[in-house]
Amino acid sequence: MENIFTDLAALINGFLAGAPPWLQTLAMGIVYLVGVLAFIFLNAIYLIYLERKISAYMQQRIGPNRLGPHGLLQSVADAVKLLGKEDIIPRGADKWVFIIASVIIFIPAVMVYAIIPFGKGMIPVDLNIGVFYFLAVASMTTIAILMGGWGANNKYALLGSMRAVAQMVSYEIPLTFSLLGVIMLAGSLQTSQIVAAQSNVWYILLQPLAFLIYFIAATAEVNRAPFDLVEGEQELIAGPYIEYTGMRYALFYLSEYANLVSVSALAVTLFLGGWQGPWLPSWLWFLIKVYIMIFIFMWLRWTFPRIRIDHLLSFNWKVLLPLSLANILVTGVGIKIYQLLTLGRW
Amino acid sequence: MLAVAKEDLYTQEIELNMGPQHPSTHGVYRALLTLDGEKVIKVENIIGYLHRGIEKLAEDRTYTQFIPYTARLDYLAGMLNNLGYVQAVEKLMGVAVPERAEYLRIIMAELSRIASHMIMVASMALDLSGWTAWFPPFRERERILDLFEMTCGSRITVSYMRIGGVAADIPDGFLPALEAFLNDLPGMIAEMNGLITGNEIFKARCQGVGKIDLETALAYGLTGPNLRACGLPFDLRKAKPYGIYDRFDFDIPTLSNGDSYDRFVIRLLEMEQSARIIRQAMAALPDGSVMAKVPRVLKPSPGEVYHQIEGAKGILGYYLVSDGSNKPYRLHIHGPSFVNLGALPRIAAGGNIQDFVVAIASIDIVLGEVDR
Repeated sequence: MENIFTDLAALINGFLAGAPPWLQTLAMGIVYLVGVLAFIFLNAIYLIYLERKISAYMQQRIGPNRLGPHGLLQSVADAVKLLGKEDIIPRGADKWVFIIASVIIFIPAVMVYAIIPFGKGMIPVDLNIGVFYFLAVASMTTIAILMGGWGANNKYALLGSMRAVAQMVSYEIPLTFSLLGVIMLAGSLQTSQIVAAQSNVWYILLQPLAFLIYFIAATAEVNRAPFDLVEGEQELIAGPYIEYTGMRYALFYLSEYANLVSVSALAVTLFLGGWQGPWLPSWLWFLIKVYIMIFIFMWLRWTFPRIRIDHLLSFNWKVLLPLSLANILVTGVGIKIYQLLTLGRW
Repeated sequence: MLAVAKEDLYTQEIELNMGPQHPSTHGVYRALLTLDGEKVIKVENIIGYLHRGIEKLAEDRTYTQFIPYTARLDYLAGMLNNLGYVQAVEKLMGVAVPERAEYLRIIMAELSRIASHMIMVASMALDLSGWTAWFPPFRERERILDLFEMTCGSRITVSYMRIGGVAADIPDGFLPALEAFLNDLPGMIAEMNGLITGNEIFKARCQGVGKIDLETALAYGLTGPNLRACGLPFDLRKAKPYGIYDRFDFDIPTLSNGDSYDRFVIRLLEMEQSARIIRQAMAALPDGSVMAKVPRVLKPSPGEVYHQIEGAKGILGYYLVSDGSNKPYRLHIHGPSFVNLGALPRIAAGGNIQDFVVAIASIDIVLGEVDR
């Protein structure tokens, strides 16, 4: 069980043994991409189901229970329905911006998975600047949301996308700073090395504050309640997504769930020891931890009301940012003191 | 650095139509907002999408035939609307109502008030995206509607009150079910307090938002819970008791800030007081007939009457003019939602869009009553 996916990759690689090296690289790249896409789609479909079930149990309802056993096929049916919907592009919309935005939003959502270690030896591309790559690519999402909101030529969409920019750009800063503490401890930006460095102790124990900041900032970064101001259903109805229909609308939601999984996966990688764990296969451990993170995200969403935009920003600049800076300072001093005690020198 | 002349820089205001189809306008109401960024500078109420000409319809219906229309005004508190109308007609004709019917009216009216307040707290929580807090009030409200259904067959548009009494006596299982409901009500209120009232985000969103001081509130003619949240203990059930309200012992909860948070909390407090009234009415419920002997064709002698009751949302008044025929010559309805909505531009200006949503939820309007 442990090596089921790595063996599969080796098998495919074996088929290509005689082929030129560039073809091998390309083919393996496509295999990894298909694997990641399958992971995202399956996750998105079943996270929607999970979200509906969890919210239902929190609200004394039953949730979807008609299609398939326990309603397991509900999301599949929804996806099929969305595929069959008419693709409406409003007459007043900026046509190309509007169309491209729904595609662009999905690209960074997939790209960030390149550096996630799904299990032992299961990392699509082991970049030496892994965490940096993740943050850089993830920040592109803002542009897509802004394009969607601007292109729709709708006032609600415009307000929503303006909120998106204000919110996501601000929260990227404490998000990044909170990760710096971990990077200083591990001494590397490479996700595989960060996981390896946690073989003795998980970084959530050494960096509890950083984890908390990361968690809050990540909630804001993926626009989930209580920070779902971008959609703001009760005020902006759906914000930037207001004019989207059918599969374009679905793409936005798909990328939202893909982002949810990726920030959870990053949290697991950086704070919760990645795929490490006893007895069970490493990829299963990774999944279990990711789902625990996702459950906490969902728990928050169905408990808290939505925060106000000015509170959101002042909380970011006045609380999270100073705390994350202080965390870096304390971590730096702590590392030096530790070195002094163990090695007898700075 | 781009050199831009100062006069070339300007901020453009946006006019945003919120409604008539919008999740937070609580019906087909439209607010024309003038926005500076997200800040609401000006609010303009645009109403009339649900206008059905109920007052005019009354002139073509007999006094009894008009009862069902009243429940279509504030359709969240049908019993109270019924009550106000039939009491106005009784006042005009001088009809005495049997004791048992009076007590049943109190029970039903207070249940209706609780149901209406439940909708308010639930939908206000929902307007702040507190999804889960929507469910406890609606779960309990369902039991109130079941009680109504048990008694008169209808749940929302009840038409239960009659001129001279009530339509039907309560069935056998009614009192135990009511008792069980009243026992569970404090649990629901505690659940709401734990889930939403004490929530830091909720407090930050509501406290100080949509604030109106007592003088301004009085100048705008605010009544009901919205006024009591400003600090004035004015309640018609105490100030000018109608029916048999003078026989009950209850308090008028007041809060002093007059902001959205107080308007939310006061509804929870009023539910408790309504429950107190219902318990007393249950204990004192006499036996006997539920309908007075009234003629089949009602022809009040020429004259006019104004009767007002404490509705769920404020003072609900009926002005009836009779010309001696079997139909009202003129009926005017003073709907509290209409008056409360009039104060909204004052309450909501200056906040941002999210504050506007909170403000409109906190004044608790029902468009059926605004537009009539």
